[in-house]
Amino acid sequence: MSEDIGLWGVPLAILGGAIRVSTPFIFVSTGECLTERSGRINLGLEGTLVFGAMSGYAVAYHTGSPWLGTLAAAFAGLLFGLLHGVLCSLPRVNDIAIGIALMIFGTGLAFFFGKPYVQPVAPHLPAIPLGFWSPLPQVQAALNVNVLFLAGIALAFATAWMLKNTRIGLTIRVAGDSADAARALGIDVNRVRLWSTAAGGALAGIGGAYLSLYYPGSWNEGISSGQGLMAVALVIFARWNPVNCLYASLLFGGAGALGPALQSVGITSGYYLFYAAPYVLTLGFLVATSSRTRALPSAPGELSIIK
Amino acid sequence: MRVPALDPSPPQHAIAVETLGMTMRFGSFTALKDVSIRIPAGSFHVLLGENGAGKSTLVKCMMGFYKPTSGQMTVDGREVAVPDPRAAHDLGLGMVYQHFTLVPSLTAAENLVISRKDVPARIDWEKERADLAAFMTRMPFSVPLDVPVGRLAAGEKQKLELLKQLYLGRRFLILDEPTSVLTPAEADELLGMVRGLTTDGTLTCLMISHKFREVTAFADEVSVLRRGEHVGGGKVADLSTAEMAAMMIGEKELVRPAARLAVNGKPVMTVSGAKAADRSGLKTIEIGDLKVKSGEIVGLAGISGNGQMELMEILSGQRPLMEGAIKVCGLPFHATRSEARQFNVRYLPEEPLRNACAPKMSVAENIFFRDFDFAGGKPKFWLNGRRMAELAARLVGEYKVKTASLATPIAALSGGNVQRAVLSRELNGAVDLLLIANPCFGLDFSAVAEIRTRIMAARNAGAAVLLISEDLDEILELSDRILVMSEGRIVFETPAAGADIGEIGKHMAGHH
Repeated sequence: MSEDIGLWGVPLAILGGAIRVSTPFIFVSTGECLTERSGRINLGLEGTLVFGAMSGYAVAYHTGSPWLGTLAAAFAGLLFGLLHGVLCSLPRVNDIAIGIALMIFGTGLAFFFGKPYVQPVAPHLPAIPLGFWSPLPQVQAALNVNVLFLAGIALAFATAWMLKNTRIGLTIRVAGDSADAARALGIDVNRVRLWSTAAGGALAGIGGAYLSLYYPGSWNEGISSGQGLMAVALVIFARWNPVNCLYASLLFGGAGALGPALQSVGITSGYYLFYAAPYVLTLGFLVATSSRTRALPSAPGELSIIK
Repeated sequence: MRVPALDPSPPQHAIAVETLGMTMRFGSFTALKDVSIRIPAGSFHVLLGENGAGKSTLVKCMMGFYKPTSGQMTVDGREVAVPDPRAAHDLGLGMVYQHFTLVPSLTAAENLVISRKDVPARIDWEKERADLAAFMTRMPFSVPLDVPVGRLAAGEKQKLELLKQLYLGRRFLILDEPTSVLTPAEADELLGMVRGLTTDGTLTCLMISHKFREVTAFADEVSVLRRGEHVGGGKVADLSTAEMAAMMIGEKELVRPAARLAVNGKPVMTVSGAKAADRSGLKTIEIGDLKVKSGEIVGLAGISGNGQMELMEILSGQRPLMEGAIKVCGLPFHATRSEARQFNVRYLPEEPLRNACAPKMSVAENIFFRDFDFAGGKPKFWLNGRRMAELAARLVGEYKVKTASLATPIAALSGGNVQRAVLSRELNGAVDLLLIANPCFGLDFSAVAEIRTRIMAARNAGAAVLLISEDLDEILELSDRILVMSEGRIVFETPAAGADIGEIGKHMAGHH
């Protein structure tokens, strides 16, 4: 029986939630950030996430290695990204429509191949017990940090650095902001977008592997419940900045833990309202930072929703 | 035999370029017909021609954007193939476009560095910054390097475009109307610098221009295109402006600006105590008192980026007022559609394709926009296709809008024809107040003359006209009264008759 830490459990649960729930958001939104900075929107990441979860789980189950599972999920995501990129390179093809099609295709395909894996148990991804110094089991639970979470933090900063300090980064931003300018520089816009979408897909696949191989840690059809879509929205919320994507994911994860945390300390009224906290928070923040006279200043100029 | 560029690094001296029998057909339309032009190394060559004469097509063929139907090009006497712009760049050919090719969200420094061919995989910003600073000290002007280019004024962007080409070491430069967004002093500075580079043999320049003053002051040679054909040219020293103009327009007669009738009007529009945020959101636009009377053209001069465009946006309802009021005929005016209709207020904003058109809709639909739901004083529910076709056909004929058909998307028209189409829509019917911004930006001079005549005719018919323009010649030609705007305020006012240009220039430059 654990010690009762009273209301302290709420912020602790939020912290734990931020760490645990945010990881897939970090991966998917950073990947989508990369894709959108190149001038395309991939709404299909929900499908990629679910398929990544399924394929990662299946490969981890068969090989016994969760890392091989994660790799497989990334590869599956890469293929989905490539498919999106190739289809969108064709003339008169709309990236949003293709994204929705791939979202449905990805989830459908995952359910189809995933049926036999609902029962079996696959090995989990390891976690680092950063809460070892505390005698409190609640603290230990909250600070049990998965390796992918740390990788996600590094990824967000690395992506931001890459966009600013490397040739590839600048090329992606040029392609995303002005296709004409990119062509004038001799950049093959379609190729840049193809690989940006592929990389975004691979990251979303890893996000999926985290879902099925760590938290919640099993494969079933309701595993994502729209997290891929929310992550896409987070990119707009984060104003197309990978580091902001990280913060937004943490905020979103933490707010998502509010409902269960309050429930655990006995506050049960308005139960569903607390579950809506992340969405209310996002909406409130977007309204507060919006402007009637200014367009989103950091939006990539080539995005089909901006044009 | 076609010889590809053997040496991948651009040459270190000015290069000679020649086109031989360049022909370009788009379907059945011949945009360029057997054009041969020789541009010797180190010369400053000007390409003259009206809108749609094929100047852009020719330079796009040279730069590899289009694959010419037939014809060749030589660089330094050697025949070359230019399948794409990259090949042109490898040969040392560069172009400064009329539309900006800078990436808006990148800073000037990032724009310069990414445009280079040998960008390292990891960009060492400290080193690049030092290199750029060293490069800038050699240039006659500078631009802020750390601001996103989207926030620079048009003049600064144009300078950066030119700097970029020099930074890339291009030895043959095509300039597509490079001075259209610059003040006369900036233009002279820019062209003087290009001129200097050509005379000392580091650069060859081919400039597309409409301004004879620039041709006579800076160029060595001129080639004139008309309807896709090379109709003449030669040394600038041997040609008079009248001869060049005659070659450019052929048999056509120029429309003379209509005579100015004396009209003593009553105030139509009053702006008082108006305050609004500017585009950057950091400064405010403050218009204390602005009156426009019927039968007068008030010219509002100013250097690009001093709040004129924000004023136009305020007047057209695109920018909310923080304080103050606009009144038309003594009644408050908020630029709604019904108010504009009630008071006969018409708009001709700058960049009409962006601000006054639905680019992908047809010419007829765009012309019909003002009245599509309103006829004979009553609102209409159903769209009347026949009324639209009749109106559009009449106006397209009256205003000589060159379009393949009424169903053509308006974005497919050339700049001058979009401007004519919008003008035909706005000047149709009774006009009491006409608000205009840069109506002749980038148009050739016969289109310019025609549009100015239309504006003058509206004034003579009793309309109150506010003309916001960055072209001082235009302001001087048309206005009855001249205002100067600087840093968001109207800082000077003078009657146009007997106006002192030096005085106006001083106020435009911010010396009050």
